[in-house]
Amino acid sequence: MTQLLQDKDRIFTNLYGRHDWRLEAAKQRGAWNGTKAMLDQGRDWIIEQVKASGLRGRGGAGFPTGLKWSFMPKTVGERPHYLVVNADESEPGTCKDREMMRHDPHLLVEGCLVASFAMQAHACYIYIRGEYVLERQRLEAAIREAYEANLIGQKNVHGWPFDLYVHHGAGAYICGEETALLESLEGKKGQPRLKPPFPANAGLYGCPTTVNNVESIAVVPTILRRGADWFAGFGRKGNAGTKVYSISGHVNRPCNVEEAMSIPLKTLIEHHAGGVRGGWDNLKAVIPGGSSVPLIPKDVCDDVLMDFDALRDVKSGLGTAAVIVMDQSTDVVRAIARISYFYKHESCGQCTPCREGTGWMWRVLERMARGESSTEEIDLLLDVASQVEGHTICALGDAAAWPVQGLIRHFRHEIEERIDRYRAGKPVLVSAVAAE
Amino acid sequence: MSVRRLHAEQPESFAFSKDSEKLVKFWLGKYPKGREASAVIPLLWIAQKQEGWVSEPAIRHVADRLGMPHIRVLEVATFYTQFNLAPAGEHLIQVCGTTPCWLRGAGELKKVCESRIGPKGQVSADGKFSWVEVECLGACANAPMVQISNRHGDDYYEDLTAESLNAILDVLARGETPAPGPQSDRKTSEPAGEAVTLTDKSLYDGSRAKPVKLPHAASPAAEAAPVKKARPSAKKAPAKKGGGE
Repeated sequence: MTQLLQDKDRIFTNLYGRHDWRLEAAKQRGAWNGTKAMLDQGRDWIIEQVKASGLRGRGGAGFPTGLKWSFMPKTVGERPHYLVVNADESEPGTCKDREMMRHDPHLLVEGCLVASFAMQAHACYIYIRGEYVLERQRLEAAIREAYEANLIGQKNVHGWPFDLYVHHGAGAYICGEETALLESLEGKKGQPRLKPPFPANAGLYGCPTTVNNVESIAVVPTILRRGADWFAGFGRKGNAGTKVYSISGHVNRPCNVEEAMSIPLKTLIEHHAGGVRGGWDNLKAVIPGGSSVPLIPKDVCDDVLMDFDALRDVKSGLGTAAVIVMDQSTDVVRAIARISYFYKHESCGQCTPCREGTGWMWRVLERMARGESSTEEIDLLLDVASQVEGHTICALGDAAAWPVQGLIRHFRHEIEERIDRYRAGKPVLVSAVAAE
Repeated sequence: MSVRRLHAEQPESFAFSKDSEKLVKFWLGKYPKGREASAVIPLLWIAQKQEGWVSEPAIRHVADRLGMPHIRVLEVATFYTQFNLAPAGEHLIQVCGTTPCWLRGAGELKKVCESRIGPKGQVSADGKFSWVEVECLGACANAPMVQISNRHGDDYYEDLTAESLNAILDVLARGETPAPGPQSDRKTSEPAGEAVTLTDKSLYDGSRAKPVKLPHAASPAAEAAPVKKARPSAKKAPAKKGGGE
């Protein structure tokens, strides 16, 4: 039996909003404790500690956070530095940042100050998705409290002049891509920029900028308070820390939960989400890291660990650690076709392979779900997916291709069966979910 | 991508109301001088809250206000799908149809909307309702769900069934506001039933607010509190009080 994370090691102690989110209550839970001492240690110390903790970005790509911070210019020139927090949580399956922002907003506000100090930024923007209206109001209220308590502001008790602003989007998945987010924050369409230049050199308003996920920033103060080695003590090497998982789909108790990295997927589902509907043997497949990563079939789910390396080794990914569970009743072709529709809808239209490819893949998959296709077309679909992957400015093209590749890798036989049945004039199998 | 065009019938003019002006001022205060264009989404949002949708005169007004060419604001209004480019019902029901919600019965919710309100995108005869299917709203652990937007707010209604959505629509039709959040017997995104995590009372007794000494602190700067056991310093950072350059 794997060692489960204990309550005393959880960072988000108000994940479910059972307690007050306001400043005083947050302080009682440990927020804003020793913040001044952290800043007094200096920015190099902070960055070194974050590096030593092994924290990897929680927004999906898993880039080491401390390393990212160290890419910012060492001295501030004519252009000011900015920290931008990516709260445009839109990856299907992912709903973790929402809980942090509405229930533990002060951990994020504190993290913004500490991270901004480490990168010599005097201003930080939190870009939250437009749909999260309550969460935005909650953040605004928490920031107002922090200003009133003089924890942030131009002359705050921490001695680092700092302003924090909330900005919002209006329903565009692509704005979760960091350069699209910056475009959007500048008042334009959210179309990703070519890199280089990287945001650390030319980001928001052409100034040095670092974009980090909500969770990456919100965990930093607690890491510094409890020690880099404490955080690094969870998970396997290179996959350190605790992580908030979102578990959705066909489980008995869908939920968000903070657990250690590298927890076995089966343990995560059975212990925290009440198990798969109808029992573990009723499992068909799991999308382990949000809609963009390839699904994994049950036999892989049996013993895979939830971390970057283990999931990469089974040709999937940890992504945002959003676990979407599908039981045997699922029409898996339709499930992926719906994801393809999502990418078609959310493509920004800038790069041809993505703009045209996402719609094409969706239409073909819709036909395949009905069996109206041919086995050769499966290969053609795979070929087109690989033509989209890696041929676009941003990773949305990849994200659209991977689920399709995963489907064909593991469930090609199901598509072929449907094609055979359709051609033989038999009814194509329609499962419970698909029947709606 | 989705192709979106302006509505065929447009009003003569647009102006922000007194209340809206306060919000406009609040948002304009967030961006550096010369970067007013950053406020374009918030201003269009305020216009939509005021009128229920974004009209062409509103687009022009926002553009003039921010010193932007009209075409740039038109681009923004048509790119971001939360902007209604045509009048919506008093209550706009946004049904999440993406895979995590679909797996848990979003199709049933769409059927309820179709039978009670009518075809997707059309306003009901009494002007009270319209509904659309939207992409992932980021509440997947509480699937299936809808967001209902009206003058008062943009609330999430989660853990829905056909029955509970029907009940919500009944309440709205009576002119009342149903309680948002999960419509099941749990709160937020905690697992239903008995709590498995965050049950340790010592997390909430204030012991975490006691002064801490930072582990690995390199200088005597972190003088906050008596130390129980000093941790071995893994990395000696060359930091000193007041900055580490």
